[in-house]
Order: sequence, then C-alpha cells, then structure tokens
Amino acid sequence: MALPLKYNFRNVIVRWRSTVSTILGIALVVAVFVLLRGLARGIERTNGNTGDPRNIIVVRKGSQAESGSLVSREQFRTVQFLKGIARNEAGEPVVSAELVMIVSAPRRGAPGEANTLLRGVTPRGMELRPQVTLVEGRWFKPGHREVVVARRLASRFDGFEIGGTFKAGAERLNVVGHFDGTGSAFDSEAWMDADECRAIFDRDMYSSLLFRPADPAAMSELIGRIESDKRLSLRAEREVDYYAKQTMTAVPIKYLAGFLGIAMSIGAVFAAMNTMYASVASRTREIGTLRVLGFSRRSIVASFLIEGSFLAMIGGVLGSSLAWFVYVYVVLRGINFGTLDFQSFAETVFQFRVTPDLMILGVAFSAAIGFAGSLLPALRASRLPVIAALKSL
Amino acid sequence: MAAEPIVVIRELTKTYLQGDLNVTALNGVSLDILPGEFVVLMGPSGSGKSTLLHIIAGIDRPTSGSAVVQGINIAGLNESQLAEWRNQNVGFVFQSFNLIPVLTAAENVELPLLLTDLDSKERRRQVATALELVGLADRGHHRPDQLSGGQQQRAAIARALVTDPALIVADEPTGNLDAKSAGDVLTILQSLSRNAGKTVIMVTHDPKSAAFGSRSLHLEKGEITP
Repeated sequence: MALPLKYNFRNVIVRWRSTVSTILGIALVVAVFVLLRGLARGIERTNGNTGDPRNIIVVRKGSQAESGSLVSREQFRTVQFLKGIARNEAGEPVVSAELVMIVSAPRRGAPGEANTLLRGVTPRGMELRPQVTLVEGRWFKPGHREVVVARRLASRFDGFEIGGTFKAGAERLNVVGHFDGTGSAFDSEAWMDADECRAIFDRDMYSSLLFRPADPAAMSELIGRIESDKRLSLRAEREVDYYAKQTMTAVPIKYLAGFLGIAMSIGAVFAAMNTMYASVASRTREIGTLRVLGFSRRSIVASFLIEGSFLAMIGGVLGSSLAWFVYVYVVLRGINFGTLDFQSFAETVFQFRVTPDLMILGVAFSAAIGFAGSLLPALRASRLPVIAALKSL
Repeated sequence: MAAEPIVVIRELTKTYLQGDLNVTALNGVSLDILPGEFVVLMGPSGSGKSTLLHIIAGIDRPTSGSAVVQGINIAGLNESQLAEWRNQNVGFVFQSFNLIPVLTAAENVELPLLLTDLDSKERRRQVATALELVGLADRGHHRPDQLSGGQQQRAAIARALVTDPALIVADEPTGNLDAKSAGDVLTILQSLSRNAGKTVIMVTHDPKSAAFGSRSLHLEKGEITP
C-alpha cells in the first residue's frame, strides 16, 4: 500500500516557503501556455465558425485560398448555368462571383499600415451569408465607391468609422456602414460592390464563386461535376470545409505556444527538481524510517512523484486561473486580437478563448512538469541506504 | 521443555570499508535469544552493538554467518521480502523517536498498519489500543512537535507495537530523554517483555537503563565478552 496522500499534501503545505517560488514559476509557465493556446483556439474557432453548410465555394484548381485564386468570367458563366443550382424568387441562379483584394490601411492608434481584405460582393453573395448582418449605417449602393466594414475591424484601422474613407487602389472608398460577422472570418473583411471593386482594381477576373445547390442532397454531385470538368479547372468544396481548412493562421501561434511551452517548462522542471531535491535532503531520516517500517522503494518513489506533481498542480491551477481572469477581462473590455493571415497576408481579427478544456490541459501540463521534476529526486530518495538515512540529522 | 530461541545468531561477521580501511564491526558473534527476554546490548562506541541490532532487525546484512529470527534466515531475503518481513515481525524504537512530523501521533502509529490488509475501522481500533497501552490515548491527534520528548518516544513505542510483532528492537531509546521520561519508557518496554511476552532487544550506554533488562550482553571490538 502506498503512503497516505495527506503525508504529501501536508509536506507541501508545511514547506510552503520553499515551495512557493516553484509554484509561482509553474503558474507563470502554465498561464503563458494556456493564453497562447487560447489565441490559437480563437483563430481556429473563427475559421470554424465561418460559412454556411448549404453553400459551395469554387476557386481555381491549385489555389488554397481565395486571395490567390483567379476565376474567369467564362468559368463563372459555365458554373452559373450548371443544373442543380438554386434560384431565387426572381428566377436568378444563386451564384455570387466575388473578388478578394488586399488593401493597406493606416492602423488606429499605432504607426504604420496593415493589410486588410476587401471583398467585392454581389447581392447574391449577401443572400448566401445570412450570418453577416448590418449593425450600423447602411449597406453600400451598387455602382458607388462605398464600403461596409466589419465592426471588429473598424476599431483597428483609421478611417474605418462610418463617414471615414480609406484608399483602395487609386480610389478612396467611403465607409457607410458596419456589419457583424458573428465571430466568423468575415469579421476581418470590408465589403463593397463586386463590379465597383473590379473597376477600381482594373480586374477582369474574379477570385471565387459562391453558390447554393437547389437540393442539399445534390451537393456532392455538383462538387464532383465541377472538379471533374477538365475545361473548368476549378476546385469546389463546401464553404464550411473550405474555412475549416484555413487554419494556417493559427500555425505560428501554435508553434510559438509549443516552443515557449517547452522552453519555459524546462526551467520549471529544474525548479521543481530543485525543490524536490531539497525536500528529499531534509527528509532523509524520515525516508529511512519509512523504509524500516516496511514501505518499499516503489512506494517511496510513488510518494515523491505524487508530492512533486501535486506541488506543480497547485501552480497549474493558479496559472490556469490567471489565464481565465485575463480572458474574462478581455471579454468584458471587448478587446479583439489581430494577427497576420499567412495565406492572404491580411490582418485577421479574432477573439481569444480560454475554455475549460484548455484550463484542464494547463493543469495536466503542470502535473507533467511536476512529475518530470520529481523523478530523479524520488529515485534518489528510494535508493538511500537505510542505515545511512537513519543516521542523517 | 525449553522454549525455542526466537533469535539464533551463528558466527556472525560484519565488515565494511571506511575509506581504504576494512573495519570489522562484528567478529564471529554467536547468540541465542529466547521469546519474552529483554536483552540489553551494551558496550563502548564502535563495539558493534548497533550493527548487531540492525542485523537482527533486518535493516542491515551480515558479511558472513547466519541470523535466524523466528525461523527465517533473514540474510537470505531480498530487499522487498525483507521490508515485508520487518513490517510483520519487528517493531522499532529509535533514539530520536523518528516520528513523521507532518502526521499526528495516531497517524504515525497507523503507518505500519497501512501495509497490512486491515480496513480503516480495524486500523483505528488497533491504533487506539496501542496509544492507550503507552498512556497516550488523549494525545493521538497531536503532532509530534506538540508532544514532549517522553510522549514522542511513547508514541514511537505504540507504533512499534501496533502490528503486534514478536520482536521489539530499541536503539538507545532513552538517549534523548530526561530521567523521568526515560524511566517511563523503560518501564513500558519491561512490561512488554514481562507481561505481553514480547522479545525486547535494547542497545544502551546507560547501566541504569540496563537494569530494566532480563539479560545484559557486553560487546567489545565486535565480540561478546563475558
């Protein structure tokens, strides 16, 4: 039978002065780990929250994103008249040929400029995206140099307020409204009339097509038809699948979380090791006594591993709680985060999220730190010669 | 018919290296101890009395010779068998009490029982009995630092008794106690030998303490002297 857990808990509490710095160090590591994972989670959620499961998006074959795709007017016409595409009340095919451009705009409250996505969208495109709603001002008028920007983006760029203007190509666009993309990737876009957009940038091609099949069951068949048509050379997929794959943006933050997690955890492991070695050294006679009473080497190892992990988990709970408080503060203040989208090279806006599973992950991470840091001290404790241990002061 | 000895030591030798020197701690010691005896081991420092006690108690191994305790040649047991054997057969009392400071007296006494199959209710009952036997029934919930030296040693005796071992070994149990507390502890050990039939082996420097035993053995340079 193992040593009672209260033995370990009380030892950690009794030695609180020597363990508090280790606990705080581990708390900091876990807080940074959880916050960085929370940022990556926020980006992933933004992409995962975008699109309508009834829609199909079409880009050029070989293109991973709209920003690097070109779709000709001829291809647009061919797709538009495919059988099985939904039609609206006016009998028009529900297909939106859209242009996605990158414009540079001055940052609000910071020097320099940043890229943002400008989407030339048709009335059909707006019908296909009911998750995007106007929250302030009005929609742009077709044929006018007007733009409606995402409300979350408006706080990040100068001139994105209603009545403001910003430069796109050789022209200036007037901001007439703000929309809300309900936490989707559209919250990082500015929308204007597709034809005006093509005129400003002197583009004959579109970036993508978005449409809805009349019969949801025919979705796969329509995708297959477009993909297999060699004349078209287009790639089609469900809109939600397309956005779910746009996770490249989260990759650098995930790597950063991984790198910092590893680098900082090495330091934390040594801190835990130091504390546990000191603990073993100060309890040498105690360990000898336990061995004399009949406790096996294995139970001594288990006891110190439990103690080190418990100590680290106190830090883990603290760190996860700290990350949670930061998250609550950010939510209450309505703060949005932005990063560079590595596919479009435009600013992407997201809200970072600290979820219960991330907090649990943080505590598990701390337990792993404690376990790794306690392993060598625990083995040392178990291998102490009994008589020498008993004679220790 | 005479009782079978509980401890049978034959030609026991223990040598160890101290730097480059080969030191002989025990030199061909032979000894029988009968059940219920209170044997006192005396001798100057380095005479081998503690080494002999440690070998009989199964916390040290002889270099040669045999140590049969309760019919088991303990030199033939491996590390984990020896740990289990100690738990079931020997109670230990140390000079410095060796109680676990973060556990209460009752929890300390319960420690050896955690290695048995007893349920918690039975363990609590046995702990209460052992504490009562040493006069600490009302001190069970105190931590060691809340007890006097004498009380701590009595708690240590309760821990040694709680598994009901046949053999109790005590290494200078009164070395850190005042005269009154030392007398109390020795009286308890004597009573365990006389009234409970326990075999007690005690190492001491103090002739007054030795007077509580039923037999004294004097060791010098690793040998029992007459």
